[in-house]
Amino acid sequence: MNGMHADFLTLLAGIIGLLIVASGVGYALKQRIAPDGNNATIENLNARILAWWGMTAFLAVAFLAGRGGVILLFAFVSFAALREFVTLTDRRRADHWAIAAAFFVILPAQYALIWCEWYGMWSALIPVYAFLILPIIAVLQSDTEDFLMRISQMQWSLMICVFCASHVPALLFLDIPGFEGRNVLLIAFLIVVVQLSDVLQYTWGKLLGRHPVAPKLSPSKTWEGLIGGVASATLIGTALWWITPFTPLQAALMSLIITLAGFFGGLVMSAIKRDRGVKDWGHMIAGHGGFIDRLDSVVFSAPIFFHLTRYFWSMT
Amino acid sequence: MFKQFLAWITGNAITTFARFITAVRAIWDGVEPVPAQRVYFANHTSNGDFILIWTVLPPNLRSRTRPVAGADYWLTSPLRTFIGRDVFNAVLIDRNSETRTDDPMQLILDGIDTGASLIIFPEGTRNMTDAPLLPFKSGIFNISEARPEVDLVPVWIDNLNDVMPKGKLVPIPLLCTVTFGAPIRAEAGEAREDFLKRAEAALLNLAPKDKQPVDAEVAA
Repeated sequence: MNGMHADFLTLLAGIIGLLIVASGVGYALKQRIAPDGNNATIENLNARILAWWGMTAFLAVAFLAGRGGVILLFAFVSFAALREFVTLTDRRRADHWAIAAAFFVILPAQYALIWCEWYGMWSALIPVYAFLILPIIAVLQSDTEDFLMRISQMQWSLMICVFCASHVPALLFLDIPGFEGRNVLLIAFLIVVVQLSDVLQYTWGKLLGRHPVAPKLSPSKTWEGLIGGVASATLIGTALWWITPFTPLQAALMSLIITLAGFFGGLVMSAIKRDRGVKDWGHMIAGHGGFIDRLDSVVFSAPIFFHLTRYFWSMT
Repeated sequence: MFKQFLAWITGNAITTFARFITAVRAIWDGVEPVPAQRVYFANHTSNGDFILIWTVLPPNLRSRTRPVAGADYWLTSPLRTFIGRDVFNAVLIDRNSETRTDDPMQLILDGIDTGASLIIFPEGTRNMTDAPLLPFKSGIFNISEARPEVDLVPVWIDNLNDVMPKGKLVPIPLLCTVTFGAPIRAEAGEAREDFLKRAEAALLNLAPKDKQPVDAEVAA
């Protein structure tokens, strides 16, 4: 057992403690208010808590399995998210091969390149090569109807679901002096802070929320929820400085930036759902909707967190 | 024994693959997944249609549900024969009226009389057009007339035609749903055309609103 494992297990114990408390509260609420299960909010809360248990278990197993586990887990998450995203895009029969290439060539290549630590290539594969190759494949089918729209949607699907999401496992390969062998804790820090921020925004919003931030987009996102959630998640992030290479002040700044990025990510993804006329991205996670519903804030904060850490702390 | 085991493995491999590509979800809208004898009738746009229905059925229903499929397709190679006969336990009918030796309706009724549920595609062939449904063939009317005690359950399969359009070898992963609607039966004395119209409407009613024809929406 080395330092990384000890810190990871401490963090895991904290999360499990939190989930036990949450499950207890959820159970008590159900018993007191609607034991027959006819209160939708409480049922949804309990479904969410149960899904959190599952996600924690998946992440913990992947982390303990090492870099292969983490890369495989996020490759699968990207696949599931891309499947949800592409389902909602405007596709035509002529796009079949381009979309198949996105799923079965570009997605695996992105994660393989991250495994090889070829930074120059994985950071260019989707914004540069896929950006040019996909329209070339599609144009060969000579169907020009809505061409720009189809190609843009294809490219955005890849950027969000594969490129942005792949920055999470890429954190494993930053070379930070004095932090060797502990990079998986950076991922844990990012996910814990962003997800707690989501939960706390939801909680503060339910308790105090009065003034919606963007009423047209999402009536449930309020200023009270935003400020309370970001502030409390930033506090928790600061308290977690000991698992990161950051000082407490730096951890606070990082937490603030990633929670804000996460909030706006959620807003952007809500706008896309509005545009497409759906409530959830998918149906894979009970109580949460699809993978993207749970991932939206992570995909927006991951690249920013990765690059800030890389500029200021990494040797590579 | 070994062949049975191989068929079980193959069946699970096929449903696992179907779930990997489509994350398929069943929506029970007006009927419950209980072990009653039924004839499921579905829209037909892809070779994978009955696989998707088969995948979302709970295992205890799946084992007693047999697709009705074309012998002229499924008996043409050893692999297809194995999959059609041993894995799916299909009721195989010869669609070519000149070469066939058995009456297709008799084979279907024999299947029902063994207690099995069936999956059939009343359009008769895959729908390659832009219309949501092709006109139904008489089969389901004849079944309901001959076995009036069996429920006919409409099943709408959504999105699978985009997953693997005709002529493409590689599927693209998209979320699919299979919606089971309220059962219907031919009523005593009901005319063939009336019943088929009713069955078409029951099936079309399960399609997402944006895929229903505009005039049907106005009518409803």
